[in-house]
Amino acid sequence: MKRVFRNYDPNLRKQEKAVEYVRALNAAKLEKIFARPFIGAMDGHIDAVSCMAKNPNHLKGIFSGRTVCQFPGHQGPVRGLTASTNGRILLSCGTDCTAVDHQWDGDLFATAGAQVDIWDHNRSQPLNTFEWGNATSISVRFNPGEPNILATSASDRSITIYDLRMSSPARKIIMRTKTNSIAWNPMEPMNFTAANEDCNCYSYDARKLYEAKMDIDYSPTGREFVTGSYDRTIRIFQYNGGHSREIYHTKRMQRVFCVKFSCDGSYIISGSDDTNLRLWKAKASEQLGVLLPRERRNHEYLEAVKNRYKHLPEVKRIVRHRHLPKPIYKAAALRRTMTEAERRKEERRKAHSEPGTVQMEPLRKRRIIQEVE
Amino acid sequence: DILVLSDNLLERSLMGVRKDDESPGKILTAKEQWLMPSEGGYLEAEGLEKTWRVKQEAIAREVDILSSKNQYDIVLPELGPYSMDFTARYMAVGGRKGHLGIIDMKTMGVVREFQVRETVRDVVFLHTEQLFAAAQKKYPYICNRDGTELHCLKEHGPVLRLQFLLNHLLLVSINKFGKLHYQDVTTGNIVGNYRTGLGRSDVMQVNPFNGVVALGHSGGKVTMWKPTSSAPLIKMLCHHGKVSALAFHPNGHLMATSGVERKIKLWDLRKFEVLQTLPGHAKTLDFSQKGLLATGTGSFVQVLADLQGTQEYSRYMNHSMAKGFHVERVVFRPHEDVLGIGHSMGWSSILIPGSGEPNFDSWVANPFETSKQQREKEIRILLDKLPPETIMLDPTKIGTVRRAKKKEKPTKQEREVEREAAIDAAKNIPLKKKTKGRNKSSKRATKKRESIMKAKRPFIEQEKKEEEEFSKKRQRISEEAQQLPASLQRFVKRKES
Repeated sequence: MKRVFRNYDPNLRKQEKAVEYVRALNAAKLEKIFARPFIGAMDGHIDAVSCMAKNPNHLKGIFSGRTVCQFPGHQGPVRGLTASTNGRILLSCGTDCTAVDHQWDGDLFATAGAQVDIWDHNRSQPLNTFEWGNATSISVRFNPGEPNILATSASDRSITIYDLRMSSPARKIIMRTKTNSIAWNPMEPMNFTAANEDCNCYSYDARKLYEAKMDIDYSPTGREFVTGSYDRTIRIFQYNGGHSREIYHTKRMQRVFCVKFSCDGSYIISGSDDTNLRLWKAKASEQLGVLLPRERRNHEYLEAVKNRYKHLPEVKRIVRHRHLPKPIYKAAALRRTMTEAERRKEERRKAHSEPGTVQMEPLRKRRIIQEVE
Repeated sequence: DILVLSDNLLERSLMGVRKDDESPGKILTAKEQWLMPSEGGYLEAEGLEKTWRVKQEAIAREVDILSSKNQYDIVLPELGPYSMDFTARYMAVGGRKGHLGIIDMKTMGVVREFQVRETVRDVVFLHTEQLFAAAQKKYPYICNRDGTELHCLKEHGPVLRLQFLLNHLLLVSINKFGKLHYQDVTTGNIVGNYRTGLGRSDVMQVNPFNGVVALGHSGGKVTMWKPTSSAPLIKMLCHHGKVSALAFHPNGHLMATSGVERKIKLWDLRKFEVLQTLPGHAKTLDFSQKGLLATGTGSFVQVLADLQGTQEYSRYMNHSMAKGFHVERVVFRPHEDVLGIGHSMGWSSILIPGSGEPNFDSWVANPFETSKQQREKEIRILLDKLPPETIMLDPTKIGTVRRAKKKEKPTKQEREVEREAAIDAAKNIPLKKKTKGRNKSSKRATKKRESIMKAKRPFIEQEKKEEEEFSKKRQRISEEAQQLPASLQRFVKRKES
């Protein structure tokens, strides 16, 4: 090993900014070269995979539900799966209810069907029943931070939040379209994101835009979430909104019905219509395995320098570039032109009418029809 | 512009980006200055002594053996005035009569020397000491460290001066006909060749701060060039006569020029103003890493220093050589307190305390490089090669947000020019030659007149509009002003306007 002398005087190194820019450009290109997110596919199911559950105690375990189950006890399709807090008990529900979820820190679990029932492990009758309206509930989720709060989505396009201690529903929001799934942010338990039928995901502070979302899951860091949608893609989003950071698609993967983030935040598992479970990397160009300290430092440096210059046009062009299958690309373009046209028309209506007569509704309020206590 | 942003929203999100004053380099240097392995030396005068009266023999007696070895004269009288170039460890010399050599300064051994039997006007190292370029009689040649000629650069022509841009890996040359060539040495493309239009000039220097090339011309003008534009960035009138030498301070803000009217001027490159004028001739100028300025004329070399830290240069050291030795080139050695002088009888090296930066950085210029380190460094240089578009007068602007320029109203002159241009364009439109009796000359003339009217129309309309506004304004003012006596009317106008 040779001794290294350092002198950080900027007079010795000229044109630092230009050098950083060139390194950012090269880092962006290298990232694209090394972006191989697909790790493998697990088959063995005979029919479409419709639900999955994470084992909270084992990083490597995941349960997936088939429509015709191998565990005896279900004669029909398995609609919901969940694991208990200590990972030893797996709960599954069949045709009589649509979804099941276990409390994060307790012994209760909830099933959603014609009404929402709260059960205990040892009892054979539900402890509690909630009902609001006549609609069936489609999905149910317990809040990771507050063990007594749960959110359900129902087929009358509403999202309802229940509190177990009050034994009555707390709030209800009616949207324009049906919500397929809900996920709570594990790091900020007051936020949840709902995956909707009209191609959007709504958190209380975010909005995104693509085809119907079937399932949604948060990363354990709470900074990203992944959604699987009907249009055969998986999208990863930042927690505070915007367009998707990443999109994964394969010709062989058909309609994605369920996605889960692994408990260490580095893998994504998706179950789809074509009877396969697929394993993906959360960061497409990440180097898996143990990194040497020099390698790690180099990766961090390249990441930082790329983030600093990612607004410049050449770097932005490379960082933003994704290959999409033609139908998805066209659908997105079509949606863009439609919203642009709507917006232009609104603007013109406003410009040609008396000031004050046309009220502009904020974009986010437009999707919620009503909030009920 | 690919390097500057132009979005106001974006600027707000970049508010957290660091400013240049707090650049990590400066902060770290301030912290780590106590941990540096070496300290700089200096020459101080006590009492009535003056630093410029100290002779080289006196210095040699006081310093250690290794430093005194750096003081020598190599006399090669028939091989003509010598020019030289330094890297951290090696030196390339080229004598006018064709003597080329590479010398290892650590061991003082000749790596390779050979005769090309042609005039050699300039020598320069490329990005490593494995390659160097020599400006020979008809074309510049790139040679290997072993003396093998690798390339003959025919496009450049008979070159007078060569310079190498390290960050961009561009070889710049100015030839006898006043043409500037930029060539990329990694791919071999000629990035640009531009006619300077100002005749033959044999003064060329690169500004290390931003990579622009400055040429000194015989009318006293100094022009600065970048590879992506055919017009110079800046044209400055520096001297009343020919510009005889040019040098840049390493921080990029100070430039020294000398003219035949026996003046050496120091320019501030941010305001393009003269900071200081010194009397004296200088056939050659060079700045050291610490900002000392060496001037050489005849057989006399003078070194000026800004002793107080402000940029006021005063005499620091002198060196007179024997009478027949005419100084051709003075070059400071990087990281050593040594000045190399190439003269008509060979080359010399003298000690100038305080001129070199004592602490080198292994990743930038390492005098103790092994071959493995050198290979890795070459690869990194190639990976970090900057595109030629990054050469600009102010390199700190990259990645910042460009201010939206307020559109100014064009002045009267500009409007006149525009109008003339539009009318000329309209006159030069070719008319279709119609057949079958439809090509009457009167019709052609009408058509031409109409197109000219069409071109004039927007200008006339603009003028009319302005006149209307002006008369409205005057009307408004004049109503009020009529009530007042005549001598007070001008005050009314001023208040309204």
